[in-house]
This record gives sequence, C-alpha cells and structure tokens, in this order.
Amino acid sequence: MPPAAPDIRLEKVSFSFPGTVLFRELDFHIRSGCWTCLLGPSGCGKSTLLRLISGSLRQGVSGAIFFDGTPRGRGQTAWMAQKDLLLPWLSVLDNVLLGDRLRGRVTPARRQKARDLLQAVGLAHCAGDLPAKLSGGMRQRAALLRTLMEERPVILMDEPFSALDAITRTRLQDLAAGMLRGATVVLVTHDPLEALRLGHRIHVMSGAPVKMGPALQPPGDPPRKVDDPVVAGLHADLLGRLTGAA
Amino acid sequence: MKRALLRPLIVTAGLLFAWQVLVAVTGVPRYILPGPLRIAAVFATHWQTLAHHAGITLVEIVLGLVLGTVLGAGCALTMTASRAARRWLLPLLVMSQAVPVFALAPLLILWLGYGMGSKVTMAVLIIFFPVTAAFYDGLRRTDPEWLELARVMDAPPRAVLTRIRLPAALPAFASGLRVATAVAPIGAIVGEWVGSSAGLGFYMLHANARMQTDLMFAALALVVAMALALYFSVGRGLKKLVYWQSEEEQEL
Repeated sequence: MPPAAPDIRLEKVSFSFPGTVLFRELDFHIRSGCWTCLLGPSGCGKSTLLRLISGSLRQGVSGAIFFDGTPRGRGQTAWMAQKDLLLPWLSVLDNVLLGDRLRGRVTPARRQKARDLLQAVGLAHCAGDLPAKLSGGMRQRAALLRTLMEERPVILMDEPFSALDAITRTRLQDLAAGMLRGATVVLVTHDPLEALRLGHRIHVMSGAPVKMGPALQPPGDPPRKVDDPVVAGLHADLLGRLTGAA
Repeated sequence: MKRALLRPLIVTAGLLFAWQVLVAVTGVPRYILPGPLRIAAVFATHWQTLAHHAGITLVEIVLGLVLGTVLGAGCALTMTASRAARRWLLPLLVMSQAVPVFALAPLLILWLGYGMGSKVTMAVLIIFFPVTAAFYDGLRRTDPEWLELARVMDAPPRAVLTRIRLPAALPAFASGLRVATAVAPIGAIVGEWVGSSAGLGFYMLHANARMQTDLMFAALALVVAMALALYFSVGRGLKKLVYWQSEEEQEL
C-alpha cells in the first residue's frame, strides 16, 4: 500500500437534500491508517458522507474537508460500492486495470501487477473472462482488486460485502483487511458484526441532521474472529446503540 | 439450430401449398390472385429484369441505412457531448417526429430528382430518428455509479464518454438499429412509388398498371426476401457488437 495514509478532518460540513438537512456543521475526525466503520439506519447519510469525502459530491456542500491538514487533492481516494460495478464488456483483467485505462496509462508493469493480484486472490484463471461468467463473490473480489490497483491512501467502502452470502462475506472481509492494512479506510455497513470484525473505530450515526456517536474501539487487531469474545461481547452493546439510533 | 430453421420453412411451405390449393379450387382469375407456382414461373422468366431492379433498391436501402446510422449516431454523440447542441437539437428532433416522412416524398423527388438520391434521403430520414433516439437514450442512461466510480478515479470526461458511456449505450444503439433496419425498405419502396424509373417499387407499380399481378407478386417476394436477409445479417453483426450481452437480453 502507498505510505502516508492521511487522517481526515471534516470541519463544519453542511449539506441538505431538498426537504431534509442531512449534515449541519458536522465536525468529524477520521484517524489515519485505521478502519473507521460507520453504522446507522438507512438514509441517515452514511453513503453521502463517503461521497463528500471522495469529492464526487460537491454541489451544495459547505464547510471544509482536510486530508492531513490540507484540502483534498486529486488521486487520494478510491471507492468501492455494494455493487461490484464491473464493466460487462471488459475482461476481468481490464476491469481491474480500469483506473489506468480511463487515465490512459496502462503499462506492462501495471498489467503485471494486476495479474499478480489476480493470482494472489485466486482469480488468475479467469483474468480473460467477462465478469458475467463469475460468481458474486468472485466479482466482488475483482472489484476489491480494482480498488487496490488505484493505490490510494484513503479507501471508501460502501457496504461492499452486504450482497454476499455469509461464508463468502467472511472470506472477503479477511482478504480486504489484509490487503488494505495501513490505509485509511472508511467502511459504511449495516452489519454490526462486520463493523466489530473489521473496525478499529466504530461510530453509530443517527438523526437528521446527523449526530456522530462516540467511537467504540474494540481491543485487538482486525480482522477479529467471529467467535472472538470481544466481538460477541460488544455485539449486544452495538445493537443497543443502533436500536437507539433508529 | 437446424430445427429452429426448419420450423419457419415448414410453415412457409404449408402456407404456399394452401394458397395454391385455394387458387386451384376457387378458380380466381390470375390477375386478381396468381398461385405460387405461376409466380415462380414468372420469376424464372423475368429473373434478369427483377435482379436489375432489386439491385437498385438494395443499394438505396443499404446506403440509406449506412448514412442514417452514421448521422443518427453522430447526432446522439454530439447531443451527449455538448450541452448547447442538446438544447438546440433536441426540440428539433422531437418536432421532426411529428412530420409524416412519406408526405415529404413528392418534395424530395422534386428537389433530388427521380434517381437514387431522393430514395436514399427518404430511407435516411426514416432511419435517422430511431437510431438517434435509442442511442441518445442509451448514452444518457449510464449507470450513475459507473460515472461516480470514474470520477473518483479522476478519469477525464473524454475517457468517460468513450470508455464507459459509449459502450454502455451500445445495446440501446443495437435495438435502435434493429428497428431502423426493419423500416428502411419502406422508405426506399415508398420513394420509388412516388416517382422513379427503376427499382422494385417502380417495377411493382409498372406491373400493376398492366395487370401483371404475377410479376407484382414476384417483385414483392424479392422485397420480402431482401428485407429479411438484411434484418438477419444486421442482427448478426449487432450480436458481435454487443458480445457481452446474453441472448435473452438482446430480444427486442
């Protein structure tokens, strides 16, 4: 992973959709090199918060977002969504190289790197296949590699594992935790268990305008095991917080 | 695959047989309804003339199809790439749909003469809109999440257009072109009816005026055969163009 994962500071960020104030002067700090998990009821603004951080949503936003104290520049974030967003007309390899293709900079070295990554996650045999031939879990693995290939210090993940079956999800969570170690990761999720397995810091968002709950910091390094007593112990606590938020 | 081909053949043969029986039983005069055998015989004796006219009509249709597709695709791309073009062209396009193109045929012949030009223009006018509308619609309906992904990847707008929006719109373009291919022969034939000195449309009118109904049917059979052949070959080409789509998704 690229060095120098920045911390992210939101200062007095405000944003509204017509009819609802989503954020009013929100201050929020995201630690560098950590997995920060955001939980909360649907529609509370979790995905919007990711869009604000990535810069894909700018209109009608006030306030400031700093990466390591300076305004966000280009090339700092990568985004992974619930849908794999693989382009159906490109091979798996070309999909993994999508960022380079779009920026017109595919080099043999980058191609090789993509192949190595595919090899590492057991997708080498279908590098040349179209995404339609792959299972949901394989597709999301390819999407993870595409995110990884961006080599961005900040990774924004919007429920990337929620459409998968339980076993595939657990495997992919472990894979992501390993491959994204050291990056600043913001993970939006609906699943308290996922947050407890992966998060260094967990926040529950609630209300409109949004209030950020205090950080829950489970001890130990992620990915934690499902049967880790820490996970089991905090699960009830977190569920309680979520129920209070809804 | 073989069976799929066999079935329509059997149905066609059955219908032809029924037709022939009907003609023989009722004794309907052949200037009203000639039987298939009679038409086949006329077809054989007039083969060269028919082929000559068919060639002209085919060129008109294919030229119209190519030009109409190029213009339609170009128009859709221009409207997608430029806001100003969209503002100026879109209302014009919508309004142009209200014009019955066939009503323009006499004008086109007045301006462009009795030759191929007027027929090709007619075909172009008919093809242009379905291609433009379908392709433009496809270009507009790119999955917003793909666009967001590209934005986060710092993709230049040009690359987004050529590498995401354009390929994503190809299935829509293909269905527009399929419709256009089906209607293209109408433009050429109607153009020939209104005023021409060659082509199957002209030949049909000519035969009609002389009560050569069997020749009319022979020409009609050729038109149908040409239209079918064109439709299926364009369809095959389009299947290659949108190679990533499964068969079911390609149905109209």
